[in-house]
This record gives sequence, C-alpha cells and structure tokens, in this order.
Amino acid sequence: MNHQLLLSLISGVFIAGAAAYLGTLMLSRKMAVVAGPLGHLALPGAALALVYGFSLSVGAFPFIVLGIVVIWLLEIRTKLPMEALTAIVFATGVGTAFLFLPINKAEAALIGDIAQVSTGQTVAAVVLGVAVLLAVRRSYAQILLIGIHEDLAKTEGVNVRLFNFIYLAAIAVIVALGVDLVGGLMTAALVAIPAAAARNVSRTLGQYGMAAGAFGALSAVAGILAAAPTRLPAGPLVIIAGAGIFGVTLFWSRA
Amino acid sequence: MGEAALEVRNLSVTLNGTAVLSGLNLRVEEGEFLTIMGPNGAGKTVLVRALLGLMPYEGEVRWRPGIKIGYLPQGLNQMFVRDVPVTVGEFFGLRRVGAAETARCLELVGLPRAMAQKPAGYLSGGEFQRMLVAWVLAGRPQAVVLDEPTTAVDVAGGETIYSILGKAGREEKLTILNVTHDLNVVFAHSTHVLYLSRVGHRCFGVPREVLTPEVLNELYGAQLKFYTHP
Repeated sequence: MNHQLLLSLISGVFIAGAAAYLGTLMLSRKMAVVAGPLGHLALPGAALALVYGFSLSVGAFPFIVLGIVVIWLLEIRTKLPMEALTAIVFATGVGTAFLFLPINKAEAALIGDIAQVSTGQTVAAVVLGVAVLLAVRRSYAQILLIGIHEDLAKTEGVNVRLFNFIYLAAIAVIVALGVDLVGGLMTAALVAIPAAAARNVSRTLGQYGMAAGAFGALSAVAGILAAAPTRLPAGPLVIIAGAGIFGVTLFWSRA
Repeated sequence: MGEAALEVRNLSVTLNGTAVLSGLNLRVEEGEFLTIMGPNGAGKTVLVRALLGLMPYEGEVRWRPGIKIGYLPQGLNQMFVRDVPVTVGEFFGLRRVGAAETARCLELVGLPRAMAQKPAGYLSGGEFQRMLVAWVLAGRPQAVVLDEPTTAVDVAGGETIYSILGKAGREEKLTILNVTHDLNVVFAHSTHVLYLSRVGHRCFGVPREVLTPEVLNELYGAQLKFYTHP
C-alpha cells in the first residue's frame, strides 16, 4: 500500500468514525442537518486556504469556531432553536465565500481533498478525532439529558451552557476535519448517515455509538479505496458508501 | 415547629414585565403532599420552576439544607426517547443511577426489574409514565416535584401512580409537590392544596377548605361541587 493512500485511510477512518459517533448525539437532538450549514460556513475559510495555499481544515476551522460562538451566544440571547440560528449564520458564510472563492479551484473546497492529505494533517486528524471521541463520550449523558429536557438537566446539576459549548466545539472540530474528507457541501452526511444506519440496527445506547463509529470508518475506507480504480473523487464516494450501508441496514430496521 | 422541607416567603415572579406571581407565602412540612392547582396560565409551572431555581424570582425560597430533590417536568414525553435507542437501564444511567437502584425503583412502581433491558421508547404509555416516576424516585430523594405527571396516562394509570407516590410519601417521609388538574388526586392523596388563580388570588390549606364551589367553578368553568360517598 502506498504511503499517500495509507495517510488518506488513517485520516478518513478517524474523521469519519468520530463524526459518526458525534452524529448519534446530533441525531438524538434532531440536529444532524446542522453540520451541513456549518460545512458551508467553512467555505470562506476554504476559499482563503485555496487562495493562499494552506490546508482546507486550517482555513475552515476559525470560521466554523466563529460561527459556533455566534450561534451559542445568539441561542443564549434569543432562545431561538439552534437549527434556525445555524441557518442564519450559514447563509452569511456561503454568501461571503462566493465573494472570494476562486471558482476554478473550488472543487477541493466543495467535495474534499483527502487523497492529497499530508502527514501533518493525518496526525492532526488522529489527535483531534480521538479528542472529540473522548470529549463526547465523557459528556454523552449530560448532552443527551439536556436534549431530553433542559430544566431536568439543570436540576440534575448539569452545567447546560458548558455542555452545550463542548457539544458545539466538538461539532466545529468535526466539521473542519470533514471539509478535508468530503468538502464543505457534504459534511452533514458524515454525521447523519452512519448514525442513522446505526439507529436502524441498535437496541441500546452502547450499540448505537459503536455501530455508528464502525459504519463511519467503514464508509471512509470503502470510499477512499474505491477512488483510485474508479478515478473518481474520494469525498463523494465516502458519502455513497455510507448511503449503501444505510440501505443495507434498512433490512434490520426496527421502526 | 421543626424545620420545614420548603419555606417560601414573599415570592414574586415577573415575566416580560407582567407579574405572574406576587407575594406568595408557603410552608411545606416533611412528608406532606402538596397539590398545586389552578387554571391554565395561573403560574403553576412558573412557580415550580422558581422553586427549583430555574428562573429568576424575588423573595425567599428555602429548601431544608441538604435536601435531595427529584423533578419530573411537564412535557417529558416518550417521543424524544423513541428517537434514541436507549434501554430503561441506560435511561436511569443518564442520572448515574446504578443497576441495583434501578431494579429497586422499577419494583417500587410495580414494574418487573427485567424491564431495565427493554427499549424505553417502546414501553406502553402507562409503563413509560410509571418508569418516569421510578426514575424520579431513584437515588432516594427526600422531596419530589412533579409537573402534571399523569397527563399521558388513563385514569386508572394515573391513580396507580399517585397511590405509589402516596405510599412512598408515607413510608419514606417523602415530601411531594404535585401540579395537577385531577380533583380525585387532591381528595385521595393530598394533605394540602395551593390554588392559584389567573386573577391573582390564591388559597392554601387542606383540600376541603380550599376547594370551595367558587374555586371549582373558576377552575372547571361549571357549577361543580365535590361530594364524598357516605
């Protein structure tokens, strides 16, 4: 196996696995589609990265963090639903991006560039992927409880603002990493599809998280391995592989 | 007089410039079952949220120091849980309740301990509501605050839940604050009633003194009187 392919696979597995695990929480809180707008929010940063020649994730991250902080503050201030606030902020991101995005170089920003990932980016994907997994695992009960009923979580002593921030920060990291893997247009699929597939086959929370992570990693491996022989970009193939897994799980669906 | 489980002095809550509650005084002794009644919009849920420190208020709310409080909020419904593949045992685990305590509480509300392995989203409505009561009683709280806990269950199911709570109240000196519209609950289980009115007046005392025909008329919009069978 060549070195570049190995780097792509390692990055893909850690990004997609962590995204899918986080996706189980986002699906539970009916926020899976929020990753899509946030991915779009990454586009101004991706545009800058393309113009000045640095990593898409590095370019995307500050914009996503800025967007998340604005959403977090607006949520506290207005109590509007998070998905509505995300839609407002993301539209601003897309509008800004298309002012600066060099259209002739836009492909990488839109559908990802995992086939060209560097050693440094791979290390960052592993470290940040593991950090997100650990942070989500430690906060899972609290974040789920907030989703079930915020007042209930407060009476249980959960610091709602802190855990909402941890949750949003995890989303920001995953979306920024996801821009490298599948581009700014399709990040929602990284969190939504494997989690939805896992929902079809799980009876317990434990199975749900494990299955989502496994399905995410599997779709990344399948998509990246399929890219070379088909001469197609890996990002869309990762998404299609995830959709294929979802299709298979429909046979086990409990609903 | 000993230390009360809850003492409220001159409690006022204002929402968007409108006084929802003003100058409320209340004392609930350990082991008492207080039912909070009133028409929609009278401030019942606001009162509950203020008592739990979930919203700003003026005045004094003093729970007995160190008291452990369980809370069952209004609108905690099964639909959310149905979206998540969570077993009853894992649902208890969200509150860091262990397997042994989960089994004890399930049995306390008349559910088999094997139910811990079942998906919470696929219990019947009555089982789910009983499971929620068990969930609130987990960890042996000394007080529980329940906001319309029987909305989703039929009359018999609701009666069972209140019988369980009443029994727990007597055996474990559990102090219960309960919001309901159900008159039977008040007369069968409550030691005290707080009646809140939309126009600002209120009554607090034992059920037979508080629930006069005038109060019942305001509450249910009809000429009602509560008779007991001789």
